[in-house]
Amino acid sequence: MTTPGPREFVLEAPARAEAAQDGVPGLPAAALAALGQAFSLTAEPADADGHRRTWLDTFDWRLYRAGLMLEFEQARRGGRLLLSRADGTPQAQQPVTRWPRRPALAEDLPDGPVRDRIGALISPRALLPIVRAASTTTVTRLLNGDGKTVARLVAYRATVTAAMPAAQTAAGSTAEPPVRLAIAEVRGYPRQARKAARLLAGLPGVAQASQSEFAAALTALGRHPADYSSGVEAEITAAMPAPVAVARLLLRQLDIIENNVDGVLRDIDTEFLHDFRVAVRRTRSAVKLLGAVLPADLAEHYATEFKWLGDMTTPLRDLDVHLLGFGPMTGQLVAASPADLEPLRAFLVRRRARECRRLAAALRGARFRAITDDWRKALLTIRDNGKRRPTAERLAVATTGRAFRRITALGGAITPDSPPESLHNLRKRAKELRYLLEFFAPLHDPVAHRKVVGHLKQLQDCLGEFQDSQVQREEIHALADAMLAERAAPAATLLAMGEIAANLTLRQAEARADFARRFARFAGPEGQQRARTLLTRPASGQ
Amino acid sequence: MRIFATYNIKGGVGKTTAAVNLAHLSAADGHRTLLWDLDPQGAASFLFRIKPRVKGGGRALIRGTKTLDDAIKGTDFDDLDLLPADFTYRNMDLLLGDTAKDHTGRKPAGKLARLLRPLAAEYDHVFLDCPPSISVVSENVMHAADVLLVPLIPTTLSVRTLDQLTGFVAGLNGHRPRVRAFFSMVDRRKKLHQEIIEDLQAERAGVAATPIPALSLIERMSVERAPVTAFAPHSAAARAYRALWSEIGG
Repeated sequence: MTTPGPREFVLEAPARAEAAQDGVPGLPAAALAALGQAFSLTAEPADADGHRRTWLDTFDWRLYRAGLMLEFEQARRGGRLLLSRADGTPQAQQPVTRWPRRPALAEDLPDGPVRDRIGALISPRALLPIVRAASTTTVTRLLNGDGKTVARLVAYRATVTAAMPAAQTAAGSTAEPPVRLAIAEVRGYPRQARKAARLLAGLPGVAQASQSEFAAALTALGRHPADYSSGVEAEITAAMPAPVAVARLLLRQLDIIENNVDGVLRDIDTEFLHDFRVAVRRTRSAVKLLGAVLPADLAEHYATEFKWLGDMTTPLRDLDVHLLGFGPMTGQLVAASPADLEPLRAFLVRRRARECRRLAAALRGARFRAITDDWRKALLTIRDNGKRRPTAERLAVATTGRAFRRITALGGAITPDSPPESLHNLRKRAKELRYLLEFFAPLHDPVAHRKVVGHLKQLQDCLGEFQDSQVQREEIHALADAMLAERAAPAATLLAMGEIAANLTLRQAEARADFARRFARFAGPEGQQRARTLLTRPASGQ
Repeated sequence: MRIFATYNIKGGVGKTTAAVNLAHLSAADGHRTLLWDLDPQGAASFLFRIKPRVKGGGRALIRGTKTLDDAIKGTDFDDLDLLPADFTYRNMDLLLGDTAKDHTGRKPAGKLARLLRPLAAEYDHVFLDCPPSISVVSENVMHAADVLLVPLIPTTLSVRTLDQLTGFVAGLNGHRPRVRAFFSMVDRRKKLHQEIIEDLQAERAGVAATPIPALSLIERMSVERAPVTAFAPHSAAARAYRALWSEIGG
């Protein structure tokens, strides 16, 4: 019996090695000759069926980032999901009768240990096929003087196919990763397996495998794990001309917008639209706050265009937020029953389908195409030919300082009697400051940066709770009107919606009561000192 | 974990060949199977091309100072492992009966069963290939086994052998294995063989309907050094073992 796992030695051979000998594809003849000196070799009949597998992850690589790998192993009927650590250590597995045609959300997975383990981690994202692999396995037995099998040389040859389009790889492109060779130990014969591995490792053209099969498949396809992130992550430096830095920041946001279009159009999961909208908002803020270093008409034109794009996405995102929060919302009901809200859910789902179609039409239209194509061209020109002055550092200090002072002034003028609009306005300005801090993060001292962002985030959470509660309450009223107009609102549903609206009023009042304290922590004397430190202390090494 | 033991007071009755072929069939059915070669002659180990030697000695194994796990060897077949024979097993009666070394104060008859217990998670079936004779070893085997597989050569003495054994098992305290006898080395051309088989199957419960014929292919196992069910899977011999396995193992 072969013992799998840590007793297995994995070695790698180049795919274009010498022709197969004795049925070991891709294995250099020298390798067999070397093993032949120590053992008698017997080839086992080839595995005619082959092996089909698909590696899955979310679009933003949540499993990979958590150090996990998920594989769907296809059998004649159905198959099974295998969850392992990045080093191959098994974590959980469960049978699945069939894999859904479309990418699966956590709730689409059948109950089982894999779903239990990854459900919360991936939610609300869908599992996408990343790479498909079809492989054949050849086994050569290594025998001792008694003709006893003391180890096995297992060779895997795979053809891998990119299942999802990515920046560098089109869906459907195929590649052949290096043939993998493993010396599988036979129980009770560890010395012989070590010897066989040593013989293989010493051969030219055979190297110790440094990657998992999944990572090797990605490399062969020209992809890298975790090659998508919705973060700012632009490569800028303090000494860089400001227009060049701004063009880089904006190009990065444009990449995020474009990377998410396909997922929005196919309605794979709600995070595609979320990331898309964040990138649009960041673009709008950058155009507004940093646009002075760009050609004047360019900033003005694209401020209008990105506002249009953002507005196009708002109705669908609002419906997503309602539907994602539906469970927790019904959980708050005291008087009404969750079932009372089912007509509301059905209404939201119908509306969502309509809004999906409307947004898809816009994203397939000429105006969106013109925005992305022309904007990229303009930004590339600036990136490659930008004026030298001012520097990115000067722009960062000036704009961040200005945004901080503005928040201090606006927030300081808010009293318990101020209208809600004053808090909404402050929220917008706080968001702008947050984006500036994200854009210029590489130019700041990380500790000073983390402190300012931490307190700003606390203030933003409070302002967000205040405004979102109000907006949602108003939406509940608007939805009630719309449902009544469509005769889709039973009395019990309207009563339940009333209870939800009342809860939202309470939440808003709590947020308002908390505002003064949060603002004081952010913008009081200590906050001012934190901002000064941030703006005078450059990032180490700059 | 189900434990089968091939056992007979007499030697040379097809005990080891049965253990080897049935263990191979069990593994081929997908059951994780271990064959423990308890016979110091090491015939089962030889048939799997495994050296009849336990690293560190069988004495340490039986005394429990070394775990069985370390001594197990993989055979050439998936799901089939072997615990090799060791020459020190010739003193196994002394080892198993050596209560002075057993600080637990438990009965020596349960020692083998206790040694096997940690393997329950790893194996579905265990086959014990026992040395002939009635001794402390046999008592241990009977204590550990769920099924006692008794090969019988069709002679008039075989009735006596089976009765002796059944009586011995009935006299055991506590755990008693189920006794399943089967005829081995049967020559169908001999009228006497046929009559003895028919009589015993009619008169005694627990006698399998499938006889294992005396075939030169079974003797060839020592040349091929593999189970007949592996090197000649479509032969009459392999078919007979398969029928016996589905009768007693399923």
